Amino acid sequence: MKRRDFLQTTAAAAAGTALLSGMPIGAYGYSPQLAALTNATTQSDKVLVIIQLQGGNDGLNMIIPLDQYPALMAARGNIALPQTSVLPLTTATGIHPAMAALHNLYQNGQVGVVQSVGYPNPNFSHFRATDIWTSGSDSNVTLTTGWAGRYLDGEYPGFPTGFPNAQNPDPLAISIGSVVSNCVQGPSVNMGMAIASTTSFLQLLSGGVDAAPNTPAGHELMFIRQVVSQTQVYTSAIQAAAARAQTLSPLYPAAGQNSLADQLKIVAQLVSGGLQTRIYVCTLGGFDTHTLQVPATGSTTTGTHATLLGKIAEAVNAFQDDLRRHSVQDRVVGLTFSEFGRRIKSNSGNGTDHGSAAPLLVFGTKVNPMVHGPNPTLPANAGVNDNVAMQFDFRSIYTSILQDWFQVTPATLTQLFGRSFPYVPVLRPGALLATAGPAEVADFTVYPNPAPRDGRTTVAYDSAGGHVQVVLLDTLGREVRRAVDRELPRGAQQLPLDLSGLAAGAYYCQVREARRTGSRIVVVE
Amino acid sequence: MNRRLFLQRNAAVLKTPTAAAATPTAATAAQDPPEKVSRYANKVLPTGLSRATSTLVPYAGPWGYEQAAHLLRRTLFGPTRPEIQAAAASSLSAVLNGLLTAPAAPAPPVNVSTTDTSVPIGQTWTAEVFDQNFEGVRRASLRDWWLGQLLGQGASLAEKMTLFWHNHFVVELGDINDARMGYEYCRLLRQHALGNVKQLAKDVTVTPAMLRYLNGNQSTAGAPNENYGRELLELFTVGKGPLIAPGNYTNYTEADVQAAAKVLTGWRDQAAPVGSYFTASRHDGTTKVFSSCFGNARIAPNGASEYLDLVNLIFQQAETARFLVRKLYRWFVYYVIDAQVETDIIQPLATLLIQNNYEVAPVLRALLSSEHFFDVLNMGCLIKSPLDFTVGLCRQMQIAFPAASAGVVAQYGMWNYLNGVVALQQQTLGDPPNVAGWAAYYQTPQFHELWINAVTLPRRNQITDLLIGNGYTRNGVKIVIDPLALTLAMPAATASDCNLLIAEFVRLMVPIPLTANQLTFLKNALLPGLPDFEWTVEWQQYLAAPTNTAKKAAVTTKLQAMLRALMGLAEYHLS
Repeated sequence: MKRRDFLQTTAAAAAGTALLSGMPIGAYGYSPQLAALTNATTQSDKVLVIIQLQGGNDGLNMIIPLDQYPALMAARGNIALPQTSVLPLTTATGIHPAMAALHNLYQNGQVGVVQSVGYPNPNFSHFRATDIWTSGSDSNVTLTTGWAGRYLDGEYPGFPTGFPNAQNPDPLAISIGSVVSNCVQGPSVNMGMAIASTTSFLQLLSGGVDAAPNTPAGHELMFIRQVVSQTQVYTSAIQAAAARAQTLSPLYPAAGQNSLADQLKIVAQLVSGGLQTRIYVCTLGGFDTHTLQVPATGSTTTGTHATLLGKIAEAVNAFQDDLRRHSVQDRVVGLTFSEFGRRIKSNSGNGTDHGSAAPLLVFGTKVNPMVHGPNPTLPANAGVNDNVAMQFDFRSIYTSILQDWFQVTPATLTQLFGRSFPYVPVLRPGALLATAGPAEVADFTVYPNPAPRDGRTTVAYDSAGGHVQVVLLDTLGREVRRAVDRELPRGAQQLPLDLSGLAAGAYYCQVREARRTGSRIVVVE
Repeated sequence: MNRRLFLQRNAAVLKTPTAAAATPTAATAAQDPPEKVSRYANKVLPTGLSRATSTLVPYAGPWGYEQAAHLLRRTLFGPTRPEIQAAAASSLSAVLNGLLTAPAAPAPPVNVSTTDTSVPIGQTWTAEVFDQNFEGVRRASLRDWWLGQLLGQGASLAEKMTLFWHNHFVVELGDINDARMGYEYCRLLRQHALGNVKQLAKDVTVTPAMLRYLNGNQSTAGAPNENYGRELLELFTVGKGPLIAPGNYTNYTEADVQAAAKVLTGWRDQAAPVGSYFTASRHDGTTKVFSSCFGNARIAPNGASEYLDLVNLIFQQAETARFLVRKLYRWFVYYVIDAQVETDIIQPLATLLIQNNYEVAPVLRALLSSEHFFDVLNMGCLIKSPLDFTVGLCRQMQIAFPAASAGVVAQYGMWNYLNGVVALQQQTLGDPPNVAGWAAYYQTPQFHELWINAVTLPRRNQITDLLIGNGYTRNGVKIVIDPLALTLAMPAATASDCNLLIAEFVRLMVPIPLTANQLTFLKNALLPGLPDFEWTVEWQQYLAAPTNTAKKAAVTTKLQAMLRALMGLAEYHLS
């Protein structure tokens, strides 16, 4: 067998090849002839972190509709937060006080909230609902591939045959956890590599394994585990990346306190260490809060669910801080998802049962830091069968991120998901442009500038023709005004920009064309 | 060696290769083939391990699932849950009675290729005339048929012992180039699998496949060919001891090789009908004189029966019995034979073999019913051979193979596929690498560890992943693990409780207990991030609507994930 064949073999096969604590670190399917969706490989240094909240997260206890407190209290008075404790994101929408760190990130423009994400005909089975979310299928369709796996399969046709290679030396996707994620299941092989657990990962980095018993069986076990580690083709790439980067943020809790923080710490280390992996999947379990999601006695701001939400906030906050310290914060965005939300009405056990739509969080310096969509409308007296109605299809979020973050074309998205889904600007407009570097709009002026409060100013520039957007963003990148969003003829333009209702301060005026963009600071006095 | 020393030594062993991990792959990049011996394998025999000190005293401890599973793992290829349960519900002696009962001879292999026009598809080619044009497909048919015998084995030791004798009295089908003779050889091994090894040694000496393989057919009085005579002594019977004088291997000498070669002159293979014959004119008619190793014995001229005298002489040597018993021990128990095992196990078994005039069944019974065999320290320490791994996987997971009614082409096609899978793992039924058999059974100090290396291990994972996933389809028939059927076969209370369910699969599939961490890991694959009762809920929902595709898929994918994780454990390679 030639060396090349050998590499192909091992890349193809490491499925569940056990290592660390006797747990698998690799999981690939057998080597198939992939029916790859043809798609040119796109250059990208972008990273997507998917956080799976296992068990069904109670969205109504995470993102709170402040404008419907009577209905909320009527439905779940035994578990609902005191209204005064809720941290406001907008006047109408707040966030659980255990997520103060995320509230802070939101105010710093690094968190967005998408309200009531779900899909038609919700399924209340954990297994089935998880399959739907990870595969991106309709409720009544069974897909055996994961949505991110289909994307990666198109990007890297033929995987795993010929991988790793000079262009792609690193895993395409990594699950931090003991099993590969179904999100990255490709048509025939899983595109991801699982790193068994945080402790095992550290063992992987140091090349050690758990002790086996001093028996003949233990002796052979230790031998096999060593061969397993030897066959894991990505081990050295991961070790090298980890060796290049230290954990810089002091905000992480001690190891073992918050498993999500432990996982994201590894992600930050690998990203900043230069691993070219595009997709990471982390998990946090325990959201199946049928009983005692708040304590039987005591404050409803504490308890099981508050602790879980606090872990998310603590972990994401430390992660963002770590990325910033490594100066890679602009390359990473993340999103959370859970297989379903929970019922509007609580049960008598201070818990909630399986529900449907729920809010989803996005985080990173490039996300659109806003609350997408209005609060869910709660019935005045919710019954046990009432559920949060879906506002956004979860595949809208997936496709919008793939489009904005990985430059996947609408045609390809339709191919990956079977049809198109409405676009949701969960990423900041032009998130990608910072590195993609389209041409500047030349001779672009705003006059007067500074401009009077509640007055108006004029944007003057030479249009290249075609669809043009002229928008005003605040310093957090939030769009506060859209002056133009239409076809313009080629040539000199004088475009009025209405400033009424805007607070005094600095804003960015952006002009966006198909191939050019420009930005000027505008000060409102 | 105490425990601390052991751990330190192992730590050192483990660290050394890790430090060098980046280089050897690059250094060996241009080499072809790649390493056969893992750099992690034994450098010396692991004699410092805790070892069983138990003896051949009949086992009188508890008899239950654990003991039954151990016995069947070592004697069958991948015992199924029903087989283990049936054995556990029986008694050790009753199970051994069954294991040591030779089944009826199977029907011979049949033609499955349009290339072979000598007989229609579905009829045996074994009695047709030789044709080089048909040889390839006939050999494939034989090999696939043999694999089919392993897959279809009942609760009998016959197939594992047939394979043992194949590894002992080796021929290579590729060398003899006549599948009909290959079949005759297989038939002979199977006939004596649980029978008399002395008789087998006699018959195999003049079976046409062996006459071809070790050049007995070219051995004449004028130019005796020493090949068979040498291997008979060195590998098949007394075995080679230390070189204690020029040409003296303790148990035999070069002169004995020459004398044996003279005894064996005059035999030739016959193509039609398949057989062998003796030609007196090619035979050395002198009296053959053996060395002091054989008590200076002399074999008088005896024509066509002279080879029987030779085999009888060799089997008078106690060392022949010890040599055979050691090989059986390594096949069934473990490869380390220390002084205690030599004294307490090998020697008494050798005596037993001689007392029984080389009937092998009493020896197998004594070994497989001994305290030593059931010593917990002897459990789980064999590394599965590729055949054990692959056939065992299919049997243990009760994969449905095409029945004879699906047609022999489909049936043999799937066996052929498995032979390919096994060959990729470095074991080819009918073609051991050389006359010594597979190195895993003799190459000190690595022994069974030779099966596992950076090439073969991923191959093993490929097949488990494939079969727990989408399965493999050929000729319109698919083989795939059905985890739902396996789970449905369990008691309802077991299937609906995630901990009991996992424990049931674990005790079926791995031979040593898993740690709490590992069990948690398996549960996380089955039930990611969810409380235990959710498995019960999902399982009951499936049971309530067994034809609902979504509900069925929900539990199936989770069972697949858990079994995939379980089969990915290093423990899964142990037997």
